[in-house]
Amino acid sequence: MSRRTTLKYAFAGIVAIALTLGVGWWRVDGPGAPEQTGLRPVALSEMEFRLSDHEGNDVGPETLIGRPTMVFFGFTYCPDVCPTTLSDISGWLDDLGEEAEEMNVVFITVDPARDTVEAMAEYVSYFHPLVRGWTGLEEEIARAAQGFRARYERVPTEGGDYTMNHTASVFLFDAEGRFTTMIDYHEPGEFAVPKIRRALNKET
Amino acid sequence: MTVVYGLMAALMFASSAAMPAIAGSEDVVVEDAWARASIGVNRPGAAYMTIRNTGDEAVTLTGIRTDLAMMPDIHQTSTNAEGVSSMAPAGEIEIAPGEAVWLEPGGLHAMLMRLQRPMAEGENFSMTLDFSDGGEITVEVPILGIAARGPEG
Repeated sequence: MSRRTTLKYAFAGIVAIALTLGVGWWRVDGPGAPEQTGLRPVALSEMEFRLSDHEGNDVGPETLIGRPTMVFFGFTYCPDVCPTTLSDISGWLDDLGEEAEEMNVVFITVDPARDTVEAMAEYVSYFHPLVRGWTGLEEEIARAAQGFRARYERVPTEGGDYTMNHTASVFLFDAEGRFTTMIDYHEPGEFAVPKIRRALNKET
Repeated sequence: MTVVYGLMAALMFASSAAMPAIAGSEDVVVEDAWARASIGVNRPGAAYMTIRNTGDEAVTLTGIRTDLAMMPDIHQTSTNAEGVSSMAPAGEIEIAPGEAVWLEPGGLHAMLMRLQRPMAEGENFSMTLDFSDGGEITVEVPILGIAARGPEG
């Protein structure tokens, strides 16, 4: 190998290393980095999005201010997590009884392509009567998810269908619209119910 | 004496050859099967149950079949540290002797894709579990309400 060729290889090697480092920086710390996760949702008063509830009413974050609120993201084509969470929520609401009557309980779809207003109306009718189903344009769903720091992603399945990965936590806000806490997916009722009570009783 | 030993050897050989058929999927017991009702046929359904291996050899569940759905498969739901939940095919499931696997909300479930008819509350459907030793078990699965949380409703 001539000296010139050796130098060429060395140079190529250095370029490759620099590129790798550069790509690494871009993806971890640079502009290509994923949005920071584990952030708290912003206050409802700071969110901006326009959706429709399952009765066709125009709704947005301001609709929720004035009462304590519970929000959950999902989709009606979800066979396991969503019905389980909605049944959990229904159970917690039953446990709270009259206490929960003043509460907003909202299920926001991350799959508006399939979850029309009618689909949401039928779906929520099987759960606790307090549960409202919100849907709308893709970009408005995206803006809502951004405010709640919720994430979702469309994933193709066998046979040309698709499913959605999504944040399965339940978000709680006090009557002023301030985020109080969240209930993790499938958290037992003995932890969930006191958390809801805290959002209900928060001094405002 | 030689004859006795020969007989014993023959017996031992015979019993060991017969072992897989005796100790495999025949020792599997399915309990607490239930499913949620569906809305129409477009959405995938889900069924749950406990599959218990009462034998003394491991068994492997290789798949499920039902005329209710064209693409039934066992799926696993998992939730990552950021609270994002996702589903993936669970593949073959080995059940150690004396152990059980629980298909329950938020974990493993029989995902019933391409429903052939709506899953109506109050009805039943049959589902067949296939095992690697060629054995199969057919269970009757009661369909509960959409908001059911367990085998008791």
